[in-house]
Amino acid sequence: MDAVTGNDLNIRAGLGSAHARIAAAEGLRPLAGTWGKQVDVTVENVARSFGDTAALHGVSLKIASGELVALLGPSGSGKTTLLRILGGLDFPSEGRVLFGAEDALGLSVQERNVGFVFQSYALFRHMTVHDNIAFGLSVRPAKRRPAKAAIKKRVDELLDLVQLTDLGKRYPAQLSGGQRQRVALARALAIEPRILLLDEPFGALDAKVRKDLRRWLREIHDRTGHTTVFVTHDQDEALELADRVAVLNKGRIEQIGTPDEIYDAPATPFVAGFIGETNALPVRVESGKIFLDDRALDLASTGEADGPRMLAFRPHDIEFTGEGAGGIAGLVVSELRHGATRRLAIEVGPQRHRIEIDVGAETAGQKGNRVVVLPRSWRLFSPDAFRG
Amino acid sequence: MADVALVPPVGAPRRREVISEGLFVRVVLIAIAVALLGIFLLLPLVSVFYEAFRTGFGPYWAALGEKDALAAIRLTLLVAAIAVPANLVFGVAAAWAIAKFDFKGKSFLITLIDLPFSVSPVTSGLIYVLLFGAQGFFGPWLQSQGIQIIFAVPGIVLATIFVTFPFVARELIPLMQEQGTTDEEAAISLGAGGWQTFFRVTLPNVKWALLYGVLLGNARAMGEFGAVAVVSGKIRGQTNTMPLHVEILYNEYMAVAAFAVASLLAMLALITLGLKTFLEWRFSGEIAAIRR
Repeated sequence: MDAVTGNDLNIRAGLGSAHARIAAAEGLRPLAGTWGKQVDVTVENVARSFGDTAALHGVSLKIASGELVALLGPSGSGKTTLLRILGGLDFPSEGRVLFGAEDALGLSVQERNVGFVFQSYALFRHMTVHDNIAFGLSVRPAKRRPAKAAIKKRVDELLDLVQLTDLGKRYPAQLSGGQRQRVALARALAIEPRILLLDEPFGALDAKVRKDLRRWLREIHDRTGHTTVFVTHDQDEALELADRVAVLNKGRIEQIGTPDEIYDAPATPFVAGFIGETNALPVRVESGKIFLDDRALDLASTGEADGPRMLAFRPHDIEFTGEGAGGIAGLVVSELRHGATRRLAIEVGPQRHRIEIDVGAETAGQKGNRVVVLPRSWRLFSPDAFRG
Repeated sequence: MADVALVPPVGAPRRREVISEGLFVRVVLIAIAVALLGIFLLLPLVSVFYEAFRTGFGPYWAALGEKDALAAIRLTLLVAAIAVPANLVFGVAAAWAIAKFDFKGKSFLITLIDLPFSVSPVTSGLIYVLLFGAQGFFGPWLQSQGIQIIFAVPGIVLATIFVTFPFVARELIPLMQEQGTTDEEAAISLGAGGWQTFFRVTLPNVKWALLYGVLLGNARAMGEFGAVAVVSGKIRGQTNTMPLHVEILYNEYMAVAAFAVASLLAMLALITLGLKTFLEWRFSGEIAAIRR
């Protein structure tokens, strides 16, 4: 909640003029009447291995036209490989990639007409900002190349769009990180791409600039409507920016869904652990009841087979209950201020399983107290789910 | 940051450098360095010009205007004019392949490019005599076709190309490897073809290193002695390059003439260095930007 308020403040204070400029640039129209032809993208059973190591194992994904999708995962999860395959910079060992109904793998990088924004931006150092943005148009074969004046007009429009109106004559080395990022985006948009691909678009920027640019990218997307895929290892970025998030781990897609689905209903232990913070408590299921050590918890597990499980729940998603009400009882061993909340670490039962809960910042001095809590929403995973 | 930390607080006692030798040690070390530079670099250079002008300008100009000297100068320029562009193309192609692509035998190719640096120039020259000489591998066939390579201009050009081969490639490979391939990937994703990418992105990114390699390669091409001496046959007015001409004149006790021609070569070295320094100074900002 607080994060949202903070962002609103940012927008009002820092991006007020940005809104005005985006509104002013509303007259910006693409050269060919549409912003390229936006297509939906289908990835079918795409696998990619480098020598003996497999980067992707049979990944399938459908991206609707105009959708903004995040590929989220830790490093080595294959997310960048998948993005490069979409962009034509890498090729799958198996599987198909379709742009609309067209087989994208049969197209060269140049023919794919994909806007690719690189993590390091890859701006051409020896060219001015203007020439960087104009590059994609100026290398077109003569009969498809717009006239010089048209290219210049187009570049000026894009400079307005990315709020770098007067910086066309600068060289990339003379720009800040955030400005370079925006030049890279303008350069990718200049070719009227069918899809827009961004590799860790905010990875190299500091926290404040990241947040502003995130909002700003979302606005650009809402205005131009490009089918957009971006790669990130930052869950906040993915959840805040994307229409849908695909969580990747070890070359497989663990879950695809809206940010709400991913956060509130993680499909796998990995997603539960990777997105947000999760407590994992070893429990036992016996005839529909969940036992912690030998006490039954006041949680109903419908249709679960008997046996050991991991009970997973979010630190903030708990309520305090009284003694004897079938709650999780434990001793507060530490308390830490955690942004707007206070985080208590609790040791539970004779095994001293440690869980963490978030309480209001005003609740201080709990250390050493005994508390009883129950998760409001929770999930059960197999007992070895959170190992390794 | 480190600079800030090193500044002593106001009113602190006399600043003492953390890393510094005593005065005596500093003076001795600097004196040794200056003496070595003076004796081994500066003095020889000065003496070349001193000997050349010892009897005044007249004999100097006469020595340079002499028929065989002019022929040697022309031949040297011709050889450089062929060898340097050839190695520019070879060097760029080799560096491009090595830095931007992965293939089997890559490290072997790098070693091969370094070969001319590690082989004695005399051996380099002999290789060509053994290949193209009258008794050489291709010799009889070449003779039957009426093509003369050894003891003629083609041999000199071949030997010079061989000796100067690493200069451009060696300058470019580390820089291109450091720059990686993302710029090229960006260019092709924006729709550029292979040649467009090469001429508009790859080449401009390395132009200063390229120029530097060409300058050094050119200096070596004009100054090469060993390899050329073996293949040239030293026919006066025909296959004598400037360095060979200097040696002949010197052996014939024509000191002024020898040093006059030598002074031209020394001048070439100075011009090369001056040009390099000027370019680095003039484009320092751009060079820094490209390396960034």
